[in-house]
Amino acid sequence: MARFQGMTINPKRFHKDQIKFYAILIPMALFVALPILFIVSHAFKPTNELFAYPPRFFVRVPTLDNFRNLVELASTSGIPFSRYLFNSIVVTVIGVALSILVTSMAAYALSKLKFKGKKLLFEINTIALMFVPIAVTIPRYLTISRLGLIDSYMVLILPLIAIPVGLFLVKQFIDQTPNELIESAKIDGASEMEIFIKIIMPIIAPAIATVGILSFQLIWNDVVGPSLYINSESMRTLSFYFSTLAARTGNPVAGQGMMAAASLIMFVPNILMFIFLQSRVMNTMAHSGLK
Amino acid sequence: MIRRMNSPLWFLVPYVFLFIVFIIIPVVLAIGLSFTYFNTIEFPEFVGLRNYIELLTRDEVFMQNVLPNTIRFSFIVGPVGYLMSFILAWMLAQIPHRPRTLFAIILYSPSMTAGIAMTVVWTVMFSGNATGYINSMLLSFGISQEPVQFLTSPDFLMNIMILVSLWGSMGVGFLAMLAGILNIDQSLYEAAYMDGMKNRWQEIFYITIPSMKPQMLFGAVMAVVGTFQVGAIGVQLSGANPTPQNAGQLIVNHIEDFGFIRYLMGYASAISVVLLIMIYVISKATFQVLGDKE
Repeated sequence: MARFQGMTINPKRFHKDQIKFYAILIPMALFVALPILFIVSHAFKPTNELFAYPPRFFVRVPTLDNFRNLVELASTSGIPFSRYLFNSIVVTVIGVALSILVTSMAAYALSKLKFKGKKLLFEINTIALMFVPIAVTIPRYLTISRLGLIDSYMVLILPLIAIPVGLFLVKQFIDQTPNELIESAKIDGASEMEIFIKIIMPIIAPAIATVGILSFQLIWNDVVGPSLYINSESMRTLSFYFSTLAARTGNPVAGQGMMAAASLIMFVPNILMFIFLQSRVMNTMAHSGLK
Repeated sequence: MIRRMNSPLWFLVPYVFLFIVFIIIPVVLAIGLSFTYFNTIEFPEFVGLRNYIELLTRDEVFMQNVLPNTIRFSFIVGPVGYLMSFILAWMLAQIPHRPRTLFAIILYSPSMTAGIAMTVVWTVMFSGNATGYINSMLLSFGISQEPVQFLTSPDFLMNIMILVSLWGSMGVGFLAMLAGILNIDQSLYEAAYMDGMKNRWQEIFYITIPSMKPQMLFGAVMAVVGTFQVGAIGVQLSGANPTPQNAGQLIVNHIEDFGFIRYLMGYASAISVVLLIMIYVISKATFQVLGDKE
């Protein structure tokens, strides 16, 4: 009897033993990808195809009408589409940069610096992994309005910067970096901040990419901030505009082509970031363990 | 300036400040408000445990719909999503790099489509008239005689919510578990087979899971949190809060209903506190279960 071959992790090439995995993975991937392909196809459908009976999955005569309508609808309500887009980009870029900086600095302190209450702080952060922001929407709103932050760009960014999962992942990652590197830099007279900027930041690039992706998703997709904390339409973001499409077009069925186009616009930057950075993300996740 | 920054405070203050303002204070405030009557106009009035008592004894919607719905939803989506993530990660780890990356990107992508963005797919797919994809298919195969009102019918809404949530459940936890499996030392398996390990099941339970327990725990927490996070989905799908006959009403929607529709902030806060406690207890219980398989 042939000896049973054990699990082969990360095989170099295809082997017929892998067929059984593909047999499950391919249908699974199709099921998962179908709705996304649908959005792509739907976004480019002209009106007569959107309402065709029987409905067709793939677009026949692709058009940019839905995107054009999306832009026009925004201007008829007074705020040009470019304004929403501009707001989204500004808020996301600043937010992601701040989030990366703030999170990795704290992670460095928790991993390599000595101070009182270090363990406690990490414990609290670990408990906060279980924190669900939507559960405290109301008290959060009260806090923000008491601080006078309502109707400012800051309010779209600040609540989303401290991400417990991000801190957790970066801290675990920094734990892996050798102390000798830091010690020798100290002997050369570097300050902690210099060590952090010049030595640690480059080493933890994968973890930084991961925090970047997480905070990008949070800020770019955020609807709560622009709808609750902002009153002036001109400061709201794309995600907000898109979330109101159903109400604006009066009927979710009539606006479905535009909604598909909107979903696509929201989705594409997310997926591109992930495709671009996925190997770094996987590298970070290897250290993600909860002990 | 930078040459003299040595104190841990430089590193900690920004994060800790934001953490306190936007996480700790809201949670404390929620606990405080949960003991008050607060309609947002008048100053909160202390009412002791009244909100909790009312929630547990008089809120029929909560006891008959919201709580059972939440339990049913989370006890399916949480464990099934978690198991699916693990099994898929386990299979992905055993195929070569390129196809693995492709599959991982596809499987992870729904979790990036957070909420609203994708509602349109499901509303069109399950649309209640003959142009809905599912209805059109059912009609043409002669399975049903007339279009089914999937999204507004209490019989279907919950199941569709579960399906949609499972579709998006391969998130950060899934990536962590995949990375965990890929990092297991291959020689552990070889050694175990020398020692007489005979099959895949033994392999999974004696080598794979124990070797990646930290990632398993991380994945579990992410699964629990993710499950409660997607609660808004029923309202999005059916387009109404409360959902038709409360069929898809979860705790998160109940909070919104009382807080932002009825302006009973004290009562809504009590529900928030119950939700946070539930998540904490379930996460801890999950730890116990997974921790015992040492």
